[in-house]
Amino acid sequence: MTSDEMLELIGRISAQHPRLYPLFSHEFGDAVVGVEPAELLETAVDLREAGFDRLLMVTAVDRGEKFVVVYRLQSRALTAAIFLKTQVPRSDPHVASLFGVWPAANWQEREVFDLFGIGFDGHPDLRRILMPDEFEGYPLRRDFEMPGMIRRPDYI
Amino acid sequence: MSALLTGAGWGLAAATLIALAALIGVWWERKVAGRIQMRFGPQQAGPAGLLQTLSDTLKLMLKEDITPSAADVAVFRAMPFLVFVPVASALVVIPYAAGWAPFDISTGAVFFLAVPGLSVLGILLAGWSSHNTYASIGGVRAAAQMVSYELPRTLSVLALCVLAGSLSTGAIRAEWRWWWIPVTALGFLVYFISSIAEVNRGPFDLAEAESELVAGYFADYSGIRWAIFMMAEYGGIVAASLFGAAMFLGGGLGLGGVPGAILFVVLTVAIATAMIWAKWTFPRMRADQLMSFAWKVLTPMALLQLLIVGIALALEVVLS
Amino acid sequence: MATTIESRTPAISAEGLPVEELVVNVGPSHPSTHGVGRFVVHLDGDVVVDVDPVIGYLHRGIEKMAENRTYLQVVPLTDRLDYVGSMYANWAYCRAVERLAGLRVPERAEYLRVIVCELQRIASHMMGLGAAAADTGAFTAFVYAFDQRERVVELFESLCGARLTYNYVRPGGVAFDAPEGWSDDVMSFVRALPARLDELDALLLGNVIARGRMKGVGVLSAQDAIAWGASGPTARGSGVNWDLRKHDPYSVYPRMDFDVVVGERGDAYDRNRCRVLECYESARIVEQALVQMHGGGVRIEGLPRLLQPAPGDAYDQIESARGALGVYLVSDGSPRPYRMHVRSPAFANLALVPLLSKGHTLSDLVVILGSLDPVFGEIDR
Repeated sequence: MTSDEMLELIGRISAQHPRLYPLFSHEFGDAVVGVEPAELLETAVDLREAGFDRLLMVTAVDRGEKFVVVYRLQSRALTAAIFLKTQVPRSDPHVASLFGVWPAANWQEREVFDLFGIGFDGHPDLRRILMPDEFEGYPLRRDFEMPGMIRRPDYI
Repeated sequence: MSALLTGAGWGLAAATLIALAALIGVWWERKVAGRIQMRFGPQQAGPAGLLQTLSDTLKLMLKEDITPSAADVAVFRAMPFLVFVPVASALVVIPYAAGWAPFDISTGAVFFLAVPGLSVLGILLAGWSSHNTYASIGGVRAAAQMVSYELPRTLSVLALCVLAGSLSTGAIRAEWRWWWIPVTALGFLVYFISSIAEVNRGPFDLAEAESELVAGYFADYSGIRWAIFMMAEYGGIVAASLFGAAMFLGGGLGLGGVPGAILFVVLTVAIATAMIWAKWTFPRMRADQLMSFAWKVLTPMALLQLLIVGIALALEVVLS
Repeated sequence: MATTIESRTPAISAEGLPVEELVVNVGPSHPSTHGVGRFVVHLDGDVVVDVDPVIGYLHRGIEKMAENRTYLQVVPLTDRLDYVGSMYANWAYCRAVERLAGLRVPERAEYLRVIVCELQRIASHMMGLGAAAADTGAFTAFVYAFDQRERVVELFESLCGARLTYNYVRPGGVAFDAPEGWSDDVMSFVRALPARLDELDALLLGNVIARGRMKGVGVLSAQDAIAWGASGPTARGSGVNWDLRKHDPYSVYPRMDFDVVVGERGDAYDRNRCRVLECYESARIVEQALVQMHGGGVRIEGLPRLLQPAPGDAYDQIESARGALGVYLVSDGSPRPYRMHVRSPAFANLALVPLLSKGHTLSDLVVILGSLDPVFGEIDR
């Protein structure tokens, strides 16, 4: 799929969802679409219907006041891949679970919950996965501190 | 009284034979397995690594004998012996020379088949008393397996008893004729396979299945008690190989100038080596496959063997 | 990991009988977990009712550690992800960095990367197959497989001095050019490999007991494979024709002539068979790459040691021995990654265990685990 076709596809899906917006396209060869958290589930269903049959990756990035939840979707039929991004506030981080759309989200969302503390509404089994159950804190948040953790100075 | 003393003497001899056989058997198995796996096996201790097993045994004797706190202590401690003793006692009815077995009772063949079967109790209780899920599963698997394989094994030996017209091992040995080999070939195959299953060795080692159950029924044993389980296993191999060589292959009868004793040893080693070969070549079977193999393949084969023997006997009568 | 090891409330079986569950705790230190995974298995008799994989015993926080290191310093960390196939994580990470910083790698370096990664695939599959064989009790097949892996490791040792954590693929190229005579050694290895693979195939999968153990066990449908994000031989064994080398081509793979191996039934046997057949294809690719490769530099000249890519994010993935291995990098313009995330194929594949093993026996669970080829360094990260 060429980048023009990709733009057209994103445009078509955006037309169905007024709040879906192309963030920026193929800057690094990847199309990125942003969506409001409330619209995530519907958008995901539509993207799957459009041919994105694989959810490769779910992760998050700590951007201070907000967390960006990043989904990587791939389509074998369209030979295309896009990023789907949504932002959740740090004060109350939660977003709909995509387990019902792509079961692949199961463990990946657990991992994001474990390491970032982002809740996934509707997830069947939201527990810590990598860290021990009794662990406190969310290690991949930028403000996570632990005794013995060293921040290297910039010049190294 | 004197019978008791004789029995004790033969028992001691059998235990010594097993201990020696285990020492050499482990070394031989490691050498054979090494060759199968493109390596050398033990090399360092003694000539060709012959003393390796001895050093291992010494190590095992010096190790702490651990009893898990959750285990049923008395049963847990006793079970290695309950496994070992029946296997050792099987050795006394094997006819080592024509017409002679240390304990030549009129039902020797039944004794050989039935008494080692008692060790299944030891294995089951060893697994149960460990109070460990792996050990319990291993014990139960072993019980199911050994009881099932008892049947084809007994039927295959029965063919010999029918041919000889006697249940005494000494008598069967005395009656043995060369033409029995082709007639009982099928029975020997059944006997060989079910003997491997009887001693819980690969590809029938489900009871200890190290990749599933860690070590199965002896997962919690250590030191010398563990070594006794191993000795029982090797004792079982030795007993099965000796019995197979003596009864099915007529070992002990000389052939073309080769003395019978040497032929007997060679045949025994050959059977034991074939068992080692099978273990180091095949993957392990699954419990249900094991059962269907015993009941749907081996048992009909053993029955067919009985039929063949019956026909052969009838032919003999007709021809003579 | 405070998952309780207690039976849950008694269930009722299909026949209306009460089911008393036996809970077996497989792992974290167990011969068949291929590392330090733990599986809390609920058994009804010998039949698996439920499995709860408990992972994280090898979690070292590599993604967090990467935030505190420069782009070049992260490369040794990626070695520790998939420790039976370090070259893949090296390469996936370097591709993400190169995408982020807009670097173009010299052609000879691309060829060397393809060669080492295909050799790595052989080594990794040999390890996976050997372990799968050892799980069924066929220890001799394990030794035969390991023999071939050892040969690859020796080639790597002469290439970069390391046998396990290679740190060989670096942003902007590879660490070293191949030493004198290395190409000939590789060529003689890949020419001799097919005969060895035939032998292994017969010993490992041609065996009637092995077939009985693996066929029909842990069947994964193609739909489930796609929906659950399975990749690599795990997905291809189910008939999903998806290989990034072919369908999202990267590096010099478009110039290579090879076939994607696809299974039919999606059982443990097909997954393992895919691995064996892929090794033949890898040998073909290495042979072609050695012929096509010509001289030139193996690194971008004058590349600064302190990379400072412009703010943005990038994702790149390669086909590792276990499937689609991706690295997601976020840059804030500083010399250190703002965020690194590894999309681990083994993680996605292991999530299938509860789905695949329900209704099978405990012995089959071990076979299913072996056929997924999990590497816990990559799963736990």
